[in-house]
Amino acid sequence: MPNPKRRHSQRRTATRRAHDALTKHSLSECPNCHEKKMPHHVCGKCGHYKGREVVEVKEIQ
Amino acid sequence: MRHKVGGWKLGRNTAHRRSLLRNLATSLIVEERIETTVPKAKALRPQVEKMITLGKRGDLAARRQAAAYLMTKDAVRKLFDTIGPRFGDRNGGYTRIVRTGWRKGDGADNAFIELLGSEQVIDEKRQKRAEARTKRADEVRKQMEEADAQAKAEAGAEPAAGGESKE
Repeated sequence: MPNPKRRHSQRRTATRRAHDALTKHSLSECPNCHEKKMPHHVCGKCGHYKGREVVEVKEIQ
Repeated sequence: MRHKVGGWKLGRNTAHRRSLLRNLATSLIVEERIETTVPKAKALRPQVEKMITLGKRGDLAARRQAAAYLMTKDAVRKLFDTIGPRFGDRNGGYTRIVRTGWRKGDGADNAFIELLGSEQVIDEKRQKRAEARTKRADEVRKQMEEADAQAKAEAGAEPAAGGESKE
């Protein structure tokens, strides 16, 4: 079985991972509560979408 | 080339998929809004719209065709009595799919699919559910108060018992 001959340095590992970064979601603003929300999704904060409350939001007691 | 790969398989064989879609279509017609995943909602859309087209036609042959697909007689009745006439002046596009986020557990992309013009029905249902919920909460509260009172009475007679939740 082929095996690595030499240990990878920390620098080599870090260099490989230089392009592995995740990108942030681009969020849009909810027109009802002005919270950030996923575009084309119901607002997770107030349950509104396109000017109507479409999903009931549980109140925290 | 993305030729001949339309539609959704949903990870099921033909019979399983057909059953799933029939069940979903029946539920959507009865409930007006159902919550499911985005791919299932998208696969369901053409099926339901075909049913509604049958509902608009309204003749006996159409009724039999719908009854052959939908799972319950109630659904067929509702399709032809209320839903068909409701969409009389609309050519297709009877449903709305709205994404609601991700399911906890497996991260599936969730959405609900609803029939257009069913906002009122859904609001009524929601109100009824809220009423039932407050009623249930009241009952539970009453029961807890009674249990509390009983526990206190017992504790008064025998003060060694551990008082659990004092507000």
